[in-house]
Amino acid sequence: MKRITIDPITRLEGHGKIEIFLNDEGEVSNVYFQVPELRGFEKFCEGRPVEELPAIVAKICGVCPGCHHMGSGKAVDAVFGVDPPPVAKKLRELFYMAHFVHSHTAHFYALAAPDFVVGPSAPASERNIIGVIGKVGREIGTEVIKQRRIAQEIQALLGGHQTFVVMNIPGGVRKGLSEAERDDIVIKAEGFVEFAKFTLKVFEDFVLKNNEYVDLILNGPYSLKLHSMGLVDKNNKVNFYDGKVRVVDTEGKELFKYSSSEYLDYVAEHVEPWSYLKFPYLKKIGWKGFIEGQNSGVYHATPLSRLNAADGMATPLAQKEYELMYATLGGKPVHATLAMHWARLIELLYSAERCLELAQDNEITGKELRAQLGHIPGEGVGIVEAQRGTLTHHYWTDDKGIVTKVNIIVGTTNNHAAISMSIKKAAEGFIKKGVKVSDGILNMVEMAFRAYDPCFSCATHSFPGQMPVILEIREANGELKQRLVRN
Amino acid sequence: MEGSKAKLKLAVYWASACGGCCVSVLDVHEKLFDVIAAADLVFWPIALDIKYHDVEEMPDQHIDLTLFNGAVRNSENEHMARLLRKKSKILVAYGSCSHLGGIPGLANFSTKEDILNRVFIESESVVNPENILPQPEYEVKEGVLNLPEFFNDVRSLAQVVDVDYFIPGCPPQTERLLEVFVAVVSGAELPPKGSVIGAETKTQCDECIRKKTENKRIKKFYRPWEITDDGYSCFMEQGVICMGPATRAGCGYRCIKGNAPCRGCYGPPAGVTDPGAKMMSAIASIIDEKEPEEISRVLEDVVDPAGLFYRFSLPVSLIRRKII
Repeated sequence: MKRITIDPITRLEGHGKIEIFLNDEGEVSNVYFQVPELRGFEKFCEGRPVEELPAIVAKICGVCPGCHHMGSGKAVDAVFGVDPPPVAKKLRELFYMAHFVHSHTAHFYALAAPDFVVGPSAPASERNIIGVIGKVGREIGTEVIKQRRIAQEIQALLGGHQTFVVMNIPGGVRKGLSEAERDDIVIKAEGFVEFAKFTLKVFEDFVLKNNEYVDLILNGPYSLKLHSMGLVDKNNKVNFYDGKVRVVDTEGKELFKYSSSEYLDYVAEHVEPWSYLKFPYLKKIGWKGFIEGQNSGVYHATPLSRLNAADGMATPLAQKEYELMYATLGGKPVHATLAMHWARLIELLYSAERCLELAQDNEITGKELRAQLGHIPGEGVGIVEAQRGTLTHHYWTDDKGIVTKVNIIVGTTNNHAAISMSIKKAAEGFIKKGVKVSDGILNMVEMAFRAYDPCFSCATHSFPGQMPVILEIREANGELKQRLVRN
Repeated sequence: MEGSKAKLKLAVYWASACGGCCVSVLDVHEKLFDVIAAADLVFWPIALDIKYHDVEEMPDQHIDLTLFNGAVRNSENEHMARLLRKKSKILVAYGSCSHLGGIPGLANFSTKEDILNRVFIESESVVNPENILPQPEYEVKEGVLNLPEFFNDVRSLAQVVDVDYFIPGCPPQTERLLEVFVAVVSGAELPPKGSVIGAETKTQCDECIRKKTENKRIKKFYRPWEITDDGYSCFMEQGVICMGPATRAGCGYRCIKGNAPCRGCYGPPAGVTDPGAKMMSAIASIIDEKEPEEISRVLEDVVDPAGLFYRFSLPVSLIRRKII
């Protein structure tokens, strides 16, 4: 049996590794996606005062720290049994929308766009953000960097630290917003809306107007029939900060909708001895292995699953784009993995519009920033949508608020089984008997997981946005047959 | 990233890290074009298509400057630390994890077994009746799969290899990184080996943006949520523990600007080896009590002192780890 090792792809706050086994015919026999890293936050948060956790768990990820800070902040509120005042909730959501603008912008331009704007089998040296800027022009490249910078500045203003926000305190936030600061954010958010519209236009021009790409999205080996998870508001519209988790099946029918405190009834995690990352699945269906379809327990939690799981978007421009996407791709739900890129940009537009709405809200400059705290019930769950999937933080404390136990299910983790299966499907689709495994083919395999924007590519959210890859094909005895270095 | 020979060869690597240090490099924003003009990035897994084997094939000392972020948590991290030491003229421990062990270093309060058990067996969402744990080597029907070995102890970079300089911070402030970068590119004389660079020598308190009253004393410490912060007075004087007295200045008071007390990510100031000892003396000097019993009572308000004083520095601290 031949073996293809892709190591390293950069990581989920660490490294990722793909092992592809080929049978004697040169066809894919099996694929293992391994996550070799672990830090153990669940354990070392024990013993800390619970109010310290929003800042400590933010260090799980330096690219999406705001998600952990928010999920944790909500879990801490629940530990204290309080609901923050409306001003505090709006400030948190305002921060969070800027966080989404920063992350989704970085992902599209630095990570996804090279595959489409430059081309999936373009020379690897051009398949990065520099190549993208080469195609779209330096002026636009500078604009992208500028919009991401502005999003970072809004986060710093509201959260103190532009990366590791320190905004949340039990029952609210530490800092309010002045009228002058609000006026400034309004102008910046108007800029985000224009920028998001422009980005959707880039997607239309470079992807949707290219028949080859549309064919690849719809008919390539990138489709995976899975259940879809996403947070929705009371009208079943997409929301990132608050609401209930809704799961729809592969046909788009609601399976269930749960509150954060009920997550253990709906989600469980499977362990494999060959990865440091667990595999969540729908508990009511059970772990049936790495299979797709209506009877599988595997789900995904991505921009596309969020749109699939919701009845629409809560802002007008994003809603129009939502309708357009489903009309173009043949109705709900969509199972084309590469459509995650489109869904992500619709979310970018929603985040920009919501950012503007919140900045214009009369109440947002209010002074009531914190709820009164009483006794400490001692257990709480906080759920938000991270850019990379539904994020759950669950804390237990003693009556002094000292942490006794922590359980966390991170955004990307939800998609671990789905990513493994997508990689396998793409590998099976492209690596065939008699086909020389080229750099282009390797990139097409990578595109399968890149669509998920997994946190191991949080990394590649960045300039110039490409993962290093070595591909080795060995005989069963370990003899090296072919070595491919992607440059 | 081709360029002329005169350009600086720069590498950025992450070990057991979160990505925040790499984001701090990206936060040069529009100046990124200037950085690229002055330096050739020869290795940066977050962003560039250059592999481990490419680094292995480089001549020794091929890289002029390596910014190494992240702690040493597993066998792969250790291998990369040794490799990059060999290949780099100047090796910088970049950021709190590499400098002091950082937040992942809090794991030294527990053991490897405690962590694996909690995550893979005890976790409330895990269904693992056979108590399966990830294995460094595991045989599947198609062949053997390998994972790096998860060590019992988290270590800082200098506990593994010889380090030339330390740039502190979680993450380091981007403006400070640019200053160091400009100094190296311009060929300015560099400070003695082993120096902390890109930061001040004094404490956070020396130039804090919050107001401090001389000789203010307190009778009780509070948790941050037990008081209403006035938004401008010294946290310690309001009775909220702030790591400012035991922390090096240079971060730009980022957390303080967000109305949160310092947690010590820049590490101890010049001349201080242990932040815990320094904090104990700062705390003792602000307590407005004379009787030992009264002082003990006030000190009881300080919850989780070890987790607070060594929030970012447990692996390099005097206590190092929980005694097993």
